Amino acid sequence: MRTDPRRRADYLGLREALGDMLLPVLVAAVSFLAALAMAGALASATLAARWQGDAAAELTIQVPQPQAPDAANKGTRLDAVMNALKAMPEVADPQVMSAQSVSALISPWLGADPAQIGLPLPAVISARWTGANPPDALGPALAQLTPGTLVQTGTLWASRVAALTTSLQACAAAILVIVALVAAAVVAVATRSGLAQRRETITLVHALGALDGDIAERFAARITLLALAGSAAGAVLALPVLAWLAALAAPFTGPAQIGDVFNLPPALMFALPGLPAAAAAIGWGTAQLTVRGWLRSLT
Amino acid sequence: MVKFEDVWLKYRHPARQSDAAAEALRGISFDIPEGGFRWLTGPSGAGKTSLLKLIYLAEHPAKGRIEILGTEAAKISRRDAALLRRRIGVVYQDFRLLPQLSAYDNVALPMRLARRNETQIHADVTEILRWVGLENRLHARPDELSGGEQQRIATARAVVARPKLLVADEPTGNLDDEQADRLMHLMLALNRLGTTVVVATHNMELVQRYPAPRLTIEHGRLTHAD
Repeated sequence: MRTDPRRRADYLGLREALGDMLLPVLVAAVSFLAALAMAGALASATLAARWQGDAAAELTIQVPQPQAPDAANKGTRLDAVMNALKAMPEVADPQVMSAQSVSALISPWLGADPAQIGLPLPAVISARWTGANPPDALGPALAQLTPGTLVQTGTLWASRVAALTTSLQACAAAILVIVALVAAAVVAVATRSGLAQRRETITLVHALGALDGDIAERFAARITLLALAGSAAGAVLALPVLAWLAALAAPFTGPAQIGDVFNLPPALMFALPGLPAAAAAIGWGTAQLTVRGWLRSLT
Repeated sequence: MVKFEDVWLKYRHPARQSDAAAEALRGISFDIPEGGFRWLTGPSGAGKTSLLKLIYLAEHPAKGRIEILGTEAAKISRRDAALLRRRIGVVYQDFRLLPQLSAYDNVALPMRLARRNETQIHADVTEILRWVGLENRLHARPDELSGGEQQRIATARAVVARPKLLVADEPTGNLDDEQADRLMHLMLALNRLGTTVVVATHNMELVQRYPAPRLTIEHGRLTHAD
């Protein structure tokens, strides 16, 4: 009796006007890039958290004249510092570095065997800080006990890692914003192409009493479907690449957690399905704005 | 019902400066009461189609006041303008059928846009297609129909939703005398049921066969109004 329901419902002919694969392919490409950017942001955050923790916990204590008697004349200055460190619950695993280790540390500046120069070398103690607060009071306390003792913490490196992480995450965020803008531009161009192809039809249904919202909704529905499909394809295609990158980064990030598919961070596994949803939202919003703006040119 | 007061229409020429515009209509004033029938006559290029476009809200006047179905055209929102268009049936000179839809679905389109239910659409569309003698061409696409058949489908689409105002631009241009008479009878029947009808034509023989008040337009000016 009538035209088939799909054709009847698509009275604007958008299945043909927006029927080529260019839009989904381009959306798939930008989604692929977005997936990489998201992975970069999440990976840098994970690595930074780990590295910041490690760097901030490292303690290096220099004790000049280590064999000289301490202030109480009960032992050497080195013994006094070691005893003090062992008595502090926030300090873990204090160990005096061997003379060979110290020589190896300073050999780049003083030659292969610094002991031959006859410089008085300090004793070096390595330890880890387990306290919740920064070890700011540790240096003054040890210096009071054995004057001249220096404490170096990893907070400087931790702050540098934090700065690096922030800049990496800002880059990733900028890439995501650019990718979203590119996706919106692609959708706008495709929508305008569809409008140009269906100008006469739209003018007619407008004259027959179609509301701007009805026409915009039909375009938006079609574009949303294409963007959703394209973005889902892009996200799926990104999975093996992300898995390969995760495998490369595995020595730095540690073993994968139970339940991690493809060895990817759980946060990424939650974020990836959001990509098609975001692409669909961008497609819907951009198509609505483009069509409504175009319809304004009609009386 | 349809009221024009000193209406001017200018078309902007895209290649010229913004102040350069061709005047299509100049100082048009007339009044068609509810349920009236008017022939709109005049030579080709006189401005008949431009005047009809103003009536079915496809153009804005450069100057003047237009009232359609009791609503001042310049003062309504886009949404209300769309709802007002649903009460106006238009038969276009070039038919403007959607090529991907069947004859049935082309005729049903105004009712679907107005969100009528399919049962009512089916009853009304089959009835009107019977009226225009195309009840056996329901499935045909426009490219499978002759010019006259397309004209009748376009007319059926214009009247299927029982508009309060029917505007037709050369509706019998592609029809033989028998079909033209059949179409005129349809429009007169609608007019008797209360629809206001404006029919543009340069076929004076048709005008004489169906006497009714006339609006005559020449060079964008109204030269005669009954």
